[in-house]
Amino acid sequence: MSSSKKIRVLVAKPGLDGHDRGVKIVARALRDAGMEVIYTGLRQTPEMVVRAALDEGVHCIGLSILSGAHNALFPKIMELLKAEGVSDILVVGGGIIPEDDIPDLKKAGISEIFGPGTPLDVIVEYIKTNVKL
Amino acid sequence: MSIDELVQGVLNQKRRYLARLISLIEDEDIQAMEALSQLYKHTGKGHIIGVTGPPGSGKSSLVTKLTAEFRKRSKTIGIICVDPSSPFTGGALLGDRIRMQEHSLDDEVYVRSMGTRGHLGGLARATSDAVRAVDAFGKDIIFVETVGTGQSEVEVVDVAHTVIVTDVPGSGDDIQAIKAGIMEIADIFVVNKSDLAGADKKVTEINAMLDIDPKEQAWRPPVLLTNARTGEGIPELVDNILAHLEHLKGSGLLQKKGLQRSRDELQELMKYKLTKELSQKLQGKPEYEKAIKMIAKRKQDPYTVAEQLIAEFLFSETR
Amino acid sequence: MGDNKTLPAAVKRWDENTVAKTIGKFPEREETFLTISGVPVNRLYTPLDSKDLDYEKDLGFPGEYPFTRGIQPTGYRGRLWTMRQYSGFATAKESNERFHFLLDQGQTGLSVAFDLPTQIGYDSDHPLALGEVGKVGVAIDSLADMEILFDNIPLDKVSTSMTINADAVVLLAMYIAVAEKQGVSMDKLRGTIQGDILKEYVARGTYIFPLSPSMRLITDTFKFCSEKMPLWNTISISGYHIREAGSTATQEVAFTLANGIAYVQAAIDVGLDVDAFASRLSFFFGSHSDFLEEICKFRAARRLWARIMRERFKAKKDSSCRMRFHTQTAGCTLTAQQPDNNIVRVTLQALQAVLGGTQSLHTNSRDEALSLPTEESVQIALRTQQIIGHESGVGDTVDPLAGSYYIESLTNEIENKAMEYIQKIDGMGGAPAAIENGYIQREIHEAAYSFQKSVDSNERVVVGVNKFQVDEEQKFDYLRVNPESELEQIEQLNNLRKSRDDDKVQTALHDLRLGAEGETNLVPLIIEAVKVYATLGEICGVLRDVFGEYKATDL
Ligand SMILES: Nc1nc2c(ncn2[C@@H]2O[C@H](COP(=O)(O)OP(=O)(O)O)[C@@H](O)[C@H]2O)c(=O)[nH]1
Ligand SMILES: [Mg+2]
Repeated sequence: MSSSKKIRVLVAKPGLDGHDRGVKIVARALRDAGMEVIYTGLRQTPEMVVRAALDEGVHCIGLSILSGAHNALFPKIMELLKAEGVSDILVVGGGIIPEDDIPDLKKAGISEIFGPGTPLDVIVEYIKTNVKL
Repeated sequence: MSIDELVQGVLNQKRRYLARLISLIEDEDIQAMEALSQLYKHTGKGHIIGVTGPPGSGKSSLVTKLTAEFRKRSKTIGIICVDPSSPFTGGALLGDRIRMQEHSLDDEVYVRSMGTRGHLGGLARATSDAVRAVDAFGKDIIFVETVGTGQSEVEVVDVAHTVIVTDVPGSGDDIQAIKAGIMEIADIFVVNKSDLAGADKKVTEINAMLDIDPKEQAWRPPVLLTNARTGEGIPELVDNILAHLEHLKGSGLLQKKGLQRSRDELQELMKYKLTKELSQKLQGKPEYEKAIKMIAKRKQDPYTVAEQLIAEFLFSETR
Repeated sequence: MGDNKTLPAAVKRWDENTVAKTIGKFPEREETFLTISGVPVNRLYTPLDSKDLDYEKDLGFPGEYPFTRGIQPTGYRGRLWTMRQYSGFATAKESNERFHFLLDQGQTGLSVAFDLPTQIGYDSDHPLALGEVGKVGVAIDSLADMEILFDNIPLDKVSTSMTINADAVVLLAMYIAVAEKQGVSMDKLRGTIQGDILKEYVARGTYIFPLSPSMRLITDTFKFCSEKMPLWNTISISGYHIREAGSTATQEVAFTLANGIAYVQAAIDVGLDVDAFASRLSFFFGSHSDFLEEICKFRAARRLWARIMRERFKAKKDSSCRMRFHTQTAGCTLTAQQPDNNIVRVTLQALQAVLGGTQSLHTNSRDEALSLPTEESVQIALRTQQIIGHESGVGDTVDPLAGSYYIESLTNEIENKAMEYIQKIDGMGGAPAAIENGYIQREIHEAAYSFQKSVDSNERVVVGVNKFQVDEEQKFDYLRVNPESELEQIEQLNNLRKSRDDDKVQTALHDLRLGAEGETNLVPLIIEAVKVYATLGEICGVLRDVFGEYKATDL
């Protein structure tokens, strides 16, 4: 029954920074848009993110990093997903991510990066449009 | 992924296949039932433990600590956490995993969060199927965490062999709530947050209530104190959980309950199938819409129309 | 102020005649005006709005209780505020070079930011440290790194401010140990550790241990310092991060002061005399974008704290009631779009802080919303302060906005609303309880979410973001941290582990464990451990074992 089909999103903060204002607001907006949001809290290793995503059967992973560790952590997560043979999970990122870093992150498999000040609707719409149910 | 692959994957303990199966169950996909029907003969081995109680009473924390204790005793664990979906948007924030981080990389622990959604087959149906999937996967212990407020959440724990009802020290009012609904389903009471004032008092109150309960006395629910932050009281709780299982086995209750559960489930499934089939067949049929209008106008009565429609759509075509 | 009998009628007349006529022709821009914190703003304020204000009791004089008009009798006429810019560098060596440069320029205050693994008590080779080493500050694994950080810097001559909280006591111990090697005894050391763990649970996230052992580390530090380090600021109670997490101005005041109350109470509970430590407490606020509201916020916070210290804690000394605070312009108001606009935002925010009477100020750089700031940006930020200080003239008289009908009315309102929050928190058993049950986090989250919604729906204009946008390519020079430095740091750590005396380390860690399990003051034990080169991760590891780890409550 497609009526009860729901977009499931894992919202995660890899790395050590504790600034979760943005990630929590996004989580809330996704919920208000009718999605099921699994939030795992701060300080997630790439392994933990991938494990949670697989166990929870999510369609999308939203990652947020503000400390500058994205170049190390985002690709690592993509690598682990690939090693698990996963290619159908949409992965998006957010936080303080310099423009210059974005091409490489996209090459690693991150679909989109949302910078500071991105309206919530834009994020919601992007996920709705691009997720593979 | 074919049904056979799915079934084999689950039986071979591949987590991704289990995750996939539960997604299908949640989406009420027809494939889920096909897979479950093949898996059914491999189920019935896990010890299913329901944990219910008010929000914030420490259920997730308790499950985390229980998991640690059971892992020490070499058991493998599955955890299903059910949280309410918004009735307006259908969305949900599922945060129980936050508490379960310490097991997040343990290969022998599988955690799955579920929203209550607006399941056609009822919440209990989806949850018990998910539990069954975890059971087929081969986990020794399966926890089902639900918020013990509404009726449907209480039904969820019907799938459990052992039901733990949690409460916390403080306000005497909620004892009324316990009395009202959850009392009957508890096999074990846990007064969590034993570090807070009034814990002993709460234990006394619950015990007093149990004393006046005329229900069967073969198993008197123990009332235990825990601190789910530090782990105090957890080994005792595990001992009691195991003792309860022994009691079920020894007294023949396990079999009796199993029979009753099979009967309930069969009835429910038939009801569900019938309802679903009927509603699919009626969907968009002009006769159906017309009849509704006639009933509203008092030109026809719902009693007769129901009989007619069922006879016409359910039985005539299927025969 | 003013008890004009005819005024109410006059205001009514103005409203009904003059205003009504104008509004008929030229409607106002909004139906209701709200401060950025959601406080309604009236069209006009008159003496009626502050008629209950008692000048001597509620405002008083600069340098006197209740310090509404500032803590310095002469305001900035004697000395301008301290212009304190901090910046993070990846390694101890680079930071040391920077310190020498700054000292050569005549600066005497050093400010150290640490990377996240250091702040959370992990060594650089911990799996969670991957990609984080040296990223937002310097990586410190052991006393060896601290020796490099302060190499050839006379610790009896400088004052050092360290942004460190959960494991502040370990960094303090290292600082003491380095000083001792220089022959400087700890009673001569001047500086600050942030040490405000409560706001970490609420807003900033670098917590390690559960609340009660964390509070113990703080009271152990208070006690130790009150006996041995009279010049040391033991805590910087911070509203900045609470505001950055999305709180309103009133919540910033309320939650910060509620945390302050918890620390004071904890110290009293372990037997300290309030007047023995209260003057060493300091505060740290943000300066957000609502110009007048922020000025009122600073004034309200100062008065409320003074009253709390005197009335609730019965502090006898005036210095115990005096709220000293550092201010940083609000990072969350910076936009990635048209980043040069941020210079203007920072200017206004800096001006607010000065008009609000701050003791020291950090002005953000325009590109901080994007990455670590470049040198040029840092310089503009500093120049902003210098222009306000030396050109604008706002510091030439004390508290120049006092007596404004609006300023005094809003100052009152913020104080009252903050007090209501504090009473509610008291009712829950104080800030620690309100944090444990998630109340404070939820209140902040609600405010943050509704603010974001109002920006998304264009109810709130953010220039360059939802109005006055331009097509632009973001081109900036980023200060990048060399990825090699993470590997170097790990290599040094490995070398240290090989070269030190392991038996001594194990003994010190064992003693620490016993101490943590018991009730002795842990500061001396931690000093012993750092001296034999136990690593930060090992020390915090022992404490994690004994104390457990804090698990976030929320959503
Ligand atoms: N003081 C205290 N707090 C506890 C205890 N167990 C859980 N908590 C806290 O209670 C809050 C809610 O716990 P959680 O497990 O999420 O409850 P749930 O909503 O019933 O699943 C969390 O902040 C826990 O840390 C306990 O034994 N003592
Ligand atoms: Mg829970």
